[in-house]
Amino acid sequence: MPEMTLIDAIRQAMDEELARDARVFIVGEDVGARGGVFRATLGLYAKYGAQRVVDSPLAEIGIVGVSIGAALYGLRPICEIQFADFIHPAFNQIVNEAAKMCYRSGGEWTVPLVIRAPYGGGISGGLYHSQSVEALFSHVPGLKVVIPSSPYDAKGLLKSAVRDPNPVLFLEPKKGYRLIRGEVPEGEYVVPIGPARISRPGTDLTALAYGMMHSYTLQAAETVATEGLQVEVVDLRTLYPVDKATLLQSVRKTGKALIVYEDNLTGGYGAEVAAILADEAFTDLDAPIKRLAGPDVPAVPFSAPLQDWFMPNPEKIAQAMRDLAAF
Amino acid sequence: MSPKESWPQDGQRAAQLKEGPPGPEPTPLEQAWAPSQLLEMFWYLLLSRRVDERAWILHRQGKIAFHISGMGHEATHIGMAFGIQRGYDWVIPYYRDLALMLALGLTPREFMLSLYGRRGEPSSGARQMPSHFGLRRANVVSTSAPVATQIPQAAGVAFAMKLKGDERIVLTTIGEGATSQGEWYEGMNWAAVHKLPLVCVVENNIYAISVPQDKQMALLDVADRAKGLGIPGRVVDGNDVFSVLEAMKQAVDRARRGGGPTLIEAKTYRPVPHSSDDDDRSYRSREEVEKWKKRDPLNSFQTLLLQRGTLTSEALAEFESRAKAQVEEAVSFAEQAPYPEPMKEGCGPVYAEEIRHAGDDAD
Repeated sequence: MPEMTLIDAIRQAMDEELARDARVFIVGEDVGARGGVFRATLGLYAKYGAQRVVDSPLAEIGIVGVSIGAALYGLRPICEIQFADFIHPAFNQIVNEAAKMCYRSGGEWTVPLVIRAPYGGGISGGLYHSQSVEALFSHVPGLKVVIPSSPYDAKGLLKSAVRDPNPVLFLEPKKGYRLIRGEVPEGEYVVPIGPARISRPGTDLTALAYGMMHSYTLQAAETVATEGLQVEVVDLRTLYPVDKATLLQSVRKTGKALIVYEDNLTGGYGAEVAAILADEAFTDLDAPIKRLAGPDVPAVPFSAPLQDWFMPNPEKIAQAMRDLAAF
Repeated sequence: MSPKESWPQDGQRAAQLKEGPPGPEPTPLEQAWAPSQLLEMFWYLLLSRRVDERAWILHRQGKIAFHISGMGHEATHIGMAFGIQRGYDWVIPYYRDLALMLALGLTPREFMLSLYGRRGEPSSGARQMPSHFGLRRANVVSTSAPVATQIPQAAGVAFAMKLKGDERIVLTTIGEGATSQGEWYEGMNWAAVHKLPLVCVVENNIYAISVPQDKQMALLDVADRAKGLGIPGRVVDGNDVFSVLEAMKQAVDRARRGGGPTLIEAKTYRPVPHSSDDDDRSYRSREEVEKWKKRDPLNSFQTLLLQRGTLTSEALAEFESRAKAQVEEAVSFAEQAPYPEPMKEGCGPVYAEEIRHAGDDAD
């Protein structure tokens, strides 16, 4: 099986979906001849033409709003928001329009739409090229929020997202675009939206993560394994609607939960996971639910020592695992 | 001079807005339409007014929670409806467009269901407030309350039409206040860049709730915004069906043959408060409102058709009695209709999987 990077898997998914379904098209800033600022759409413009790989005006409301309209008319847009930090102008179209369309029309109108957005820090991107936005959108019924952490899942989940009849926010851990490599089968397969995945079995505690933090959490689990601590790692993959059953099953087994995310701590996605576990697995817990996350400052600062201070990393995660195991 | 003060006395505007009784001979614009078509236009204009008036009364009686009116705008609505291919072209309207919706096939019963919040209301299953229109069977897309959100979506529908090589066009409507929104600009700019089959009609009634046009923009004509987009902009008398029809014909023809979008500004007036929760006495004089009521689009159209002999007084009486009967029947139908239920309509559908026939239908 060929090994490839996360971004190569994302590109391959889009390539295959463009070839499979004439209704699919890509729209975003610099996605055409430039192939996207991260090269996610490299070569697709030459292969499919300007009609299906569309350079948009530099305006995110238009990207999402136009895609909603095209989806209402029966097309299957994949829009790219260049950085998740720039998604906020389109919040109204995503939250008030795409997500509410099905409910507000009694099912008369639906919006099959994928919004891809690179997110996350650790790339010297400063406040406005590093943000994690998943918590803002994992609060919105009608929307699905997906974050892959491996090339295999990235391809399979993105193909599922393109075929999904609902609006799907597909957040890509950009730090991992070229750092994360993995085996990806040639050709057709999908990974369903919804289920989480136990990516490493263990017995002493459960670490729940997604995106780049999932990779770091696996590394941390390897480190503490050499010290005799067996951590079970859960890759959430779909944040909304969340796969409660898998989370609960794991935590009921280990009795301890550490949630790792790189967003600000307060009101972050981990708060919802903690609430679910406290609510439904209380009697199985033998330690407080712990969260390891970014500090509550507005966003990731640029300067290297400041960025390092903000970001969770394998060392910080390993220490949090040791602390929780020792409770 | 502010738009409010200058209009309609301003020289340029006086020429655009018709005053006084119709001339002795039918104009070429009138002659383009068969008597049966003119009577159909009149029917929807009249029906909309009578439905609208009944809604205000129902609210004052405490029978319904909310009404937002299309009164005064009806000539613009009728001009738009008859300027497109109804049921073929797509429409993304806004909340004032009652007469447009009735002409597109929304029934008085259905509108009353929405006022009463009853099951079977076709826009939203009574999940949304009244007049948040949508009608799938007539190609009318579901609409929301945040203003101007419909414009980029209309551009997107038009974009998809162009990609698929369809000959349909999209009509979208908006108030003059909402053209202050960035969403309006972004959507119109997309349509301009890609020469999309889109017609945007701005129903300029000079007020965004209480805020007059001169606090909304430094332009006398919203149509001038078209210059910054590189598309044609037209000003028409929104209280005159034929002026709107003529502009619509040009814009729709242009859109259908691939010429791109057009911005039409229909100058009109809202002779009633913004909604049933508004009191317009705080922001405009009674004299101003009375002056505009003299240019009432229903009266003007009725006078014209009577003078031309297209409409007789007997036919008018019959129309009135039919409208009254339909409105009363619709009210009693809605009053007896069941409410939606929390565990049925309340719970969903949130996702498309919860609906029948949703999903990958073309596979």
